[in-house]
Amino acid sequence: MKPQPQRSRLAGIVVWLPYAWMIAFFLLPFLIVLKISLSQSAIAQPPYTPVFDLAAGWSGLRSFFAGLSLDNYVFLGSDPLYVLSYMKSLQIAAFSTLLLLLIGYPIAYAITRTPRHVQAVLAVLVILPFWTSFLIRIYAWMNILQHDGPLNQLLLALHIVREPPAWLSTNTAVYIGIVYSYLPFMVLPLYAALERLDESLLEAAADLGCPRWRTFWTITLPLSAPGVVAGSLLCFIPIVGEFVIPDLLGGSQTAMIGQAIWSEFFANKDWPTAAAVAVVLVCLLVTPIVIFQHQTMRGMELD
Amino acid sequence: MRRLSAFNTAALVLGIGFLYLPIIILVIYSFNASRLVAVWGGWSTRWYAALVQDEPLLQAASISFRIAFIAALVATFLGTLAAVALIRFGRFRGRLPFAAMIYAPLVMPEVITGLSMLLLFVAVSIDRGFWTIVIAHTTMATCFVAVIIQSRLVDFDVSLEEAAMDLGASPARTLLLVTLPLIFPAIAASWMLAFTLSLDDLVIASFTTGPGATTLPIRIYSEVRLGVSPEMNAVCSIVVAVVGIAVIAASILTKLNAARGAPVQVQP
Amino acid sequence: MASTTTIPGFAKRGFAPWTDRNSQPLLRIEAISKRFGDFAAVDQLSLDVFQGEFFALLGPSGCGKTTLLRLIAGFEHPSSGRILLDGVDLAPVPPHRRPVNMMFQTYALFPHLTVEGNVAFGLKQEGLPKAEIATRVADMLALVKLETFGLRKPHQLSGGQRQRVALARSLVKRPRVLLLDEPMAALDKKLRGETQFELMDLQRSLGLTFVIVTHDQSEAMTVADRIAVMDRGRLMQVGPPAEIYEQPDSRWVADFIGSVNLLEGRVGEAGDTIEGTPFGRIRVGAKVAAEPHATVWVAVRPEKIRLARCEAGAEQRADTENSAVATVVDVGYLGDLSLFKLRTESGVPLQAAIANTGPLTARGIGWNEKVWLSFAPEATIVLTR
Repeated sequence: MKPQPQRSRLAGIVVWLPYAWMIAFFLLPFLIVLKISLSQSAIAQPPYTPVFDLAAGWSGLRSFFAGLSLDNYVFLGSDPLYVLSYMKSLQIAAFSTLLLLLIGYPIAYAITRTPRHVQAVLAVLVILPFWTSFLIRIYAWMNILQHDGPLNQLLLALHIVREPPAWLSTNTAVYIGIVYSYLPFMVLPLYAALERLDESLLEAAADLGCPRWRTFWTITLPLSAPGVVAGSLLCFIPIVGEFVIPDLLGGSQTAMIGQAIWSEFFANKDWPTAAAVAVVLVCLLVTPIVIFQHQTMRGMELD
Repeated sequence: MRRLSAFNTAALVLGIGFLYLPIIILVIYSFNASRLVAVWGGWSTRWYAALVQDEPLLQAASISFRIAFIAALVATFLGTLAAVALIRFGRFRGRLPFAAMIYAPLVMPEVITGLSMLLLFVAVSIDRGFWTIVIAHTTMATCFVAVIIQSRLVDFDVSLEEAAMDLGASPARTLLLVTLPLIFPAIAASWMLAFTLSLDDLVIASFTTGPGATTLPIRIYSEVRLGVSPEMNAVCSIVVAVVGIAVIAASILTKLNAARGAPVQVQP
Repeated sequence: MASTTTIPGFAKRGFAPWTDRNSQPLLRIEAISKRFGDFAAVDQLSLDVFQGEFFALLGPSGCGKTTLLRLIAGFEHPSSGRILLDGVDLAPVPPHRRPVNMMFQTYALFPHLTVEGNVAFGLKQEGLPKAEIATRVADMLALVKLETFGLRKPHQLSGGQRQRVALARSLVKRPRVLLLDEPMAALDKKLRGETQFELMDLQRSLGLTFVIVTHDQSEAMTVADRIAVMDRGRLMQVGPPAEIYEQPDSRWVADFIGSVNLLEGRVGEAGDTIEGTPFGRIRVGAKVAAEPHATVWVAVRPEKIRLARCEAGAEQRADTENSAVATVVDVGYLGDLSLFKLRTESGVPLQAAIANTGPLTARGIGWNEKVWLSFAPEATIVLTR
């Protein structure tokens, strides 16, 4: 259905309904977060000042803008705790993404090597855990990684260790949790990209004398690059802001930025600071987000 | 050459095993008669029985299901419209920001979306509770629906729609009589996805909840923060079972409809 | 450039409404252009199609024939120009309201409807009573010989059966014009041949107007009353198949349809010879409508060239016009024809095609043989562009 010169009213509704919703419930909230990050904390309801009040008229507006300040950002910049938290989050996310790539790529590749009908079943098997509760899966790991949980029982039984090591509240546990939760997000885009690969290209390479491993390195890998980028971004960006996994599996050394936002908001009731932390986080993530958008848009080429 | 090498087989087995092992262990422990994990007390369903007694838990489950049902419905509706607009409407004005807003929630960390929605509700003085969670979940799920429907539409044979119009069906009737029936499996699948996302969500719900609107994940989270508990194991096992059955049913449904609407290959 | 001059014998079955000055065309295309950015898919094209014609749009890939079809159906909007049906401008009419129906190359059968459901679809949109729809659907299925297939779904049909459902679905609405987009592209050779004749019978018995798009020359020549040859969005020539073949008006058309030998030269003083061709002087069948010394091209179809073995000692009739000695460079045996690639003593390459009328045992002309080739003056076509 190519668009007619006279766009029908129906078409207008089709666009405007979701557009309006997203503007109201996605864009607007962001602007509000921005605004609140420029406010100060207050013992009031809502717990910040100044409050945007249209009824106050022009003078109200002027005092409103006068009340805004960058204090919160200055505070963030000066406190090494926050800076460290950002760096930690980026670092954990980067390393996790790498792990996910190293683990997920062979799995995705192996799936494409199976017969067609088996591939569909395997794809469902990979995505099934994703559909069960995120929280539950992390909780499952809490079960396993407990001090006297099955993992330690196994290790003791096999005499690999003499003392049951502490897994929970460590960075290692966080990595395990992240890789476990995000694996489907890495495997599926990779699988989609690899599955689209034209087998005749590989056969042509073999015909021209290329050994299997080099074919993989020079042809398969580069051609699956869009999948690698998509999967990596799909994992990296949300992991930076992760809260549940470091909260349940991590310890005091894994203070990620998602936890900082949560505690500022719920524990300290300091909304403006929480907002500021969030804004800085979004700024940090803008570049990868834009790259992701670009890739997704390119994925659906318009004629 | 579809023979699986040893490396590939190992990757598959280890990978899939890794994904399922924790869940299997969880389910096994939900039947552990003993409260302690270290001790295996034999098979028992006492924790499941205890669940039925747990009023607040059942209440939370009911709230979660209702929220998920409504949010999934609205999200499927909006997401389908968005996908149709993005794929079928060419380069209309404002397409780029529209697409950006539809795809951003896919990757945005949940603490940020949760926080921002809460601040919105506060700023506009909406009382937080059941409906604010519904709105928040709808917003989050819409983009997932859009992605699924859109990938289906890209594969959709446009000449079917042209044929319908050529035979006298207006664009609206074409949508109703030809397009929607043929992409229905994708619509059903995305409804289910939206339902699951909502049912499962902790972070956004925590931010946007209000008095009397405790969802199941919030309940579970408050319990598990204190440590592992067998009742939680039972709850989680049930959720896993429900979702597992639903997903398997959905994929069987999709397989049955796989032949429909696939583009026709023309042999030159 | 619609051709209105015809030798009466060219029209098939004596049907030639385009020669009648008084008849109005059913479909008139006026200076239609369709541009995509800088690229003109259709460029200032004008055409008339008459009621009852089987009209073919023929051309290489990318020549714009499918675009033109889609413009008529309403799926594309012209950048300039008009399309008139029965004198009415179709521009404001959306595709679902045009009395024109299209049969798609991929058939576009609705996978979720049965054969009956597909055929009835268009009638349902017209809001006809159920009984009437049922009757017309049944009649149409009988016409395309699919009476027992009514309840099957498209994926349960063979390619040929699907094609007939697509045809039935469009025909049942009794459109003023039926557009067919490469309808036989997906069929194998034998089925294609049978279907071509079925289509012609159907068209004639129902008295409808068909416009078919094809890149297959022999298909166009078989089915069409007139062919419009297109190249890169422009109309090259329009006329009955025989006219296009025997009287091409440009080198491009002469070369596109069938095979041809082209020889460049200058018009002689008397106007009935062409001088200075690689072949020497060529005598042509009629006085050339061009000035002496003007550059022209002589086209000779391979089947019009006569070959004879050079018997040792036979006279070389060097004075005979339109003849020369040549060596056979290559032979292609096609069963019914043999194709010869020849080179004259002066180095001119030519093609000849000879029907294999004799028995296989009689020795035919072989490689490296010297032959005597000649062609009649009446077998030449003189092209001025």
